[in-house]
Amino acid sequence: MIGTGSIGRRLTFLLAGVAALLSVLSWWMVSGLAREAAERTQDNVLAASATAIAETLRSEQGEVRLELPYSAFSMLGAISEDRVFYRVMAGQDLLTGYAGLPALSDPPSPGQVAFDTGEFSGEPIRMASVSRLVLAGTQPVPVTVTVAQTRNGVGAISADLSQLAALLAVAFFIIAAVLSAFAARTSLRPLNEIAAAVSRRGPSDLRPLKRDAPAELAPLMSSLNRLMDRLGQSIRRSEDFIAEAAHRVRTPLATVRTQAEIALRSIDNETEKQRLRAIIRAVDESSRSAGQLLDHAAVTYRADDLDRVPIDLSDLLSHTAAALEPTAAMKDITLQLETSHVRVEGDPVLLDNAFRNVLDNAIKYSPEDTNVHMRITSTADEALIIVTDEGPGLGDGPVQELTERFRRGSTAKGIVGSGLGLTIVEDVLSAHGGRVELASRQGGRGACITLVLPLP
Amino acid sequence: MYHACLAFALMFWATVVAAQTIEDHRYYRGSTDVTLRIVSTADLEVFEPYLLTFQQDRPDVSIDYTVVSSAELHRAIKEGASFDLALSSAMDLQFQLANDGYAQSYRSDATEALPDWARWRDLIFAFTAEPAVVVLSSDRFDGLSTPSTRQELITLLRENPDTFRGAVGTYDVRESGLGYLFATQEARSTDAYWRLSEVMGRLDPQLYCCSGQMIDDVAEGRLALAYNVLGSYAAERVARDSGGRVQILRMQDFANVMLRTAIIPKTASQTDAAGAMIDMLATLGLRDEPETWPLPPLSLSGTGEAPDFGPIRLGPALMVYLDTLNRRAFLTEWEDAMEQR
Repeated sequence: MIGTGSIGRRLTFLLAGVAALLSVLSWWMVSGLAREAAERTQDNVLAASATAIAETLRSEQGEVRLELPYSAFSMLGAISEDRVFYRVMAGQDLLTGYAGLPALSDPPSPGQVAFDTGEFSGEPIRMASVSRLVLAGTQPVPVTVTVAQTRNGVGAISADLSQLAALLAVAFFIIAAVLSAFAARTSLRPLNEIAAAVSRRGPSDLRPLKRDAPAELAPLMSSLNRLMDRLGQSIRRSEDFIAEAAHRVRTPLATVRTQAEIALRSIDNETEKQRLRAIIRAVDESSRSAGQLLDHAAVTYRADDLDRVPIDLSDLLSHTAAALEPTAAMKDITLQLETSHVRVEGDPVLLDNAFRNVLDNAIKYSPEDTNVHMRITSTADEALIIVTDEGPGLGDGPVQELTERFRRGSTAKGIVGSGLGLTIVEDVLSAHGGRVELASRQGGRGACITLVLPLP
Repeated sequence: MYHACLAFALMFWATVVAAQTIEDHRYYRGSTDVTLRIVSTADLEVFEPYLLTFQQDRPDVSIDYTVVSSAELHRAIKEGASFDLALSSAMDLQFQLANDGYAQSYRSDATEALPDWARWRDLIFAFTAEPAVVVLSSDRFDGLSTPSTRQELITLLRENPDTFRGAVGTYDVRESGLGYLFATQEARSTDAYWRLSEVMGRLDPQLYCCSGQMIDDVAEGRLALAYNVLGSYAAERVARDSGGRVQILRMQDFANVMLRTAIIPKTASQTDAAGAMIDMLATLGLRDEPETWPLPPLSLSGTGEAPDFGPIRLGPALMVYLDTLNRRAFLTEWEDAMEQR
């Protein structure tokens, strides 16, 4: 009927349709009953009138006599403005009245009232006849009194009542339609509540739904719970797999690196030393890539369900910088920190990860014996962490595209990297509602990376 | 040829018959050929003001006004005589015409304004309510007490047979449709009617076809008392001739109030003009002040001396006394009462 549209609307239309059908049916029935009642009323009055006339029939000196009682006709005039006709027949002879009234299709037996419809003087009429045996001469003759009336009154009464019934039916339909809409909404409320409860949940909240649901929704609830259960298991397996992978890749790489360094110290052949250094670089690159892949997975996972705690940016940044000090020292790079106390709300693990990637990049691309400068400032509603280096800059390509996964800048040739670093930074910042601004420093030497975080 | 001769003969006969029964006739020329043919029981004396007023509003319409008796009017319409409007004081006969389909329906704001009891099925419209009264001659009543109920009247007649012998007038109900209506309604409403009829019957009553003649005879002293006279005519007569010779008396125990009614016959051709006339009459029937017009309005039927018994009801019951058997029985009884020697 309405395809796969709204269940509520469909339910409302169905119920309203049923109500409309019932309204029409009730109108039709009430109209029919009203007409029936009006007709019966007319029949009763006609019968009373005919009987009243028949009561006056008597035999006088061998002749049939009667006297039309005044009330016999005034009662007909009292119920409607219908035309009145009458006829009194003794056997086959007309005693008085309208000779032209149609003959009765079914003459009444004595003492009974017979009704008939016909047409007289251009209008449909209803006739009531009463028969009585009256002595005429020596023989009793059946005398039939017929009283007839046009049917305008019946038509008027039933039209009036039919109109009233139509009004009531329309009112009934309107009430039923409103109630239908209400009923549809009420019966769909549990469904909407379950939907709301599910959508309110965080992505990691995979506990089963424990709600009272109507019997019809119980299967949906239990399949939903089973699905969430499977999803939870699947996610746990992924986490386990990531941890397992990290462990399995990093540990042997660390062993290979250690062995390679021991070998490097124990041999003198310059050619072999070169070869071993190449091995160590390759191992470093692999280890770093694996680490960043794991970081990226962790960031993606944690960013969906961010843990917001108050953080002092300068504390966090100096902590990160301290961790990278040895790496910087290997290239004689000085990390300069210019801090002010700015507090934000966020996930310290993720932010630390972002800072580490930015600093790591800066150290990696800087020539030896240079400075990497870090500064924390704030505007009215944003905290800014600006990191500048004296490296080759970000090249000539579109700067913002560097945050795309596995994309590396044109100046990255010959430098170990996975292309994931800025992607992680970007993910972390946008999870906190912030952004990353990339620029080359003025004069073309060095890059300037600004991390923007909203203040709480 | 034979048929043509027969037709001519019939036409001639019809003209003669018509000529015999027409009581009065007048033609009011209008500016066009449109002629409103009215057949009425109302005398020109009382009805002319209405016709002239109508012509002021509709100067284009010529009016052909024919006065006949109510029984004659009934018979003429039933036989298909060509009239545009029939005005009659005999409500029962008018009602029967409407009931039997000799009237056509008409509806306008003016007829809608009439109360329910003053119209029936948009076929028949009442425009005056006129009581039946007793008219008496002041000269002949000199020294006698004025009766106010039928019982007092009976006593008066019984105690003064010499004064009233041959000097009591009433309708000949065999001829007058209005007289028959008054008599039957009164017989139905009060038992004093038959006793009064018996008493009058012993006094050699004078029987009349019309109210006008009875009032004339009372005014000229030929009658001491006329019973069941149309009050409107009597009032008009008293207003016209202020000699104080005629007194109008309304019975306190019961008084019939007749509704003068109009129908548009099926044979009417100027239904538009007839409708306009009905509108005018209906509007006048609902006016507030009784004066200035010869016939009283519908609303003031009960004001005055007598308690308001309400007008005779316009309904199918009126046809009861028109039934041949009932009429024969009533007339037999009436004749027995009135014509005792």
